[in-house]
Amino acid sequence: MRKLAGIVIAGIFFISMMMLFYHLPASHDLSSNEYYYRNPINGSVANESIPEHYIKYTKNETGAVNAVTAIVVEYRGFDTLGEVTVLFTAATGVSFLLSLAVRGRKREEANLILKEGSKLVLPFILLTGAYIFIHGHLTPGGGFPGGSVVASGFLLMMLAYPKFFMKDRISWFESAAGTAFVVIGLLGLVLATSFLQNFIPVGTPGQLVSAGIIPLIYIAIGFKVGSELSAIVNKMKEVQG
Amino acid sequence: MIWAMYFAVAVLLTAGLYGVITKKNLMKVFISLSIMETGVNLLLITIGYIPGGTAPIENGNFAKYVDPVPQALVLTAIVIGVSVTALALSLLIMYHSKAGTLEYKEGMKW
Amino acid sequence: MIEFTIMAWILALLAAAAAIYAVETKDLISSAIAMGVASLVVSIMFLLLQAPDVAITEASIGAGITMAVFVYAIGKTGRWEE
Repeated sequence: MRKLAGIVIAGIFFISMMMLFYHLPASHDLSSNEYYYRNPINGSVANESIPEHYIKYTKNETGAVNAVTAIVVEYRGFDTLGEVTVLFTAATGVSFLLSLAVRGRKREEANLILKEGSKLVLPFILLTGAYIFIHGHLTPGGGFPGGSVVASGFLLMMLAYPKFFMKDRISWFESAAGTAFVVIGLLGLVLATSFLQNFIPVGTPGQLVSAGIIPLIYIAIGFKVGSELSAIVNKMKEVQG
Repeated sequence: MIWAMYFAVAVLLTAGLYGVITKKNLMKVFISLSIMETGVNLLLITIGYIPGGTAPIENGNFAKYVDPVPQALVLTAIVIGVSVTALALSLLIMYHSKAGTLEYKEGMKW
Repeated sequence: MIEFTIMAWILALLAAAAAIYAVETKDLISSAIAMGVASLVVSIMFLLLQAPDVAITEASIGAGITMAVFVYAIGKTGRWEE
C-alpha cells in the first residue's frame, strides 16, 4: 500500500519535473536583458548583466583568472565565511555527539598490498591537494576541492592502517585557518575600506603571486576543509556501535 | 546534451523522493536524501550551462563562457552537504545505541 | 558535438540505474556504494557541462568521503534493512 502510494507520487513528481524542464526558458546568452540587475529602490536597470560583469571584469578587478574562484572568495567572500562557519558547527556537533558514545574498537589488519601501496601513494595525494588549493586562482580548483582531496588522502590511510588516527592537535590547524580567514578580512577593513576587501596589489594576472588576498584566503580554506573533513571521518571511524 | 542532464536530474530527484516517502529505515532515508542533493547540484549547474560555452577561466582564446555564479554556489554546497550528512549520521548512531533499531517509532523517548 | 550527446545520455542512464538500485536494494552497504557510483557519474557530467571546479569537488567528496562516512556508520548500526 505504502509502496503503491510511493510509486504514484513519484510518477506524478517525475512527469511534472519533465514538464517543468520543457517549459524552462532555454539557456540564454549572458548578455540578454533577463539577466539584468534591477535596483529595488528606484527601479533603474543596470546596463549589463551580473554574470557578464563577472566574466568581463574579473581579471581587471581581482587579478584572478578563474572567475569561479573570484566569485567564491572576492565577490561573495562573506557568504563563504558563513559556509565555513556552518562546516565548523557541523564538525563540532559530530565530535560532541560521538564523544558521548563508547570509543575504541578492535579491527583486523588490512592486507600487505593496500598497506604498502597507500604509503607510496599518500605523498602524491597530499601534493595534488596542495597544488589544487595553491593554484586556485589560475586553474580549476581552490580551497574546497583541494581540502577534500587532502581529506581523501587521510581517509586512505585510515582504511589501510586500523590504528591510524588524527591527533587532537589537528584542531589547531582548524582554528588557525579559521582565524587567518577572519584576520585577513579585518585587515581589509583596516587597510582598505570594507571587510574582506583586497589590500594587496593585484599584480599580473596569470602569475602564481597575483590576485592579492585570494590565494591567501584559499590556502586558509584548504587547510580548514581538509582538517575538518579528516576529523569528521576519523570520529566516525573511532566510535563503537 | 541538456536533455540528458535534465533526465538525470529528474530520475535522481524522483528516486530520492520515493526512498524518503516509502522506506522506514532511517539509514535508507539519509541515502535517499544524499541522492536528491546530488540531483539538485546537477540541476543548478545545468541551468547555468550555455551551449558552446567553455569553463569560466579567462585565457583569451574563447569568447563565450558558461555562467560562473551557479558553479560558485554548488562548489560550497557540496562541502556543506557532506558535513551535514555526517552530523545526521552521528545522530543516527546515537539513536541506534539508545533505541536498538534504525526504524522510526511513534512516541519514542530517548 | 554528437559524441558529447551520446556520452551524456550513457552517463545519464548509468546515474539513473545507480540511483534506483541504491534506493531499492536491501543491503545498505551496496546501497551506499551505488550512491557513490551515482556521484562519480554525476561528476563526469559536471565536466561535460564545463564546470571543472565542481567536478573535482564532487569526485573526491561524493565518491570518497560521503561513501566512507556512510559505510562507517552502517558498520556501527547494522547492514541489512528488514
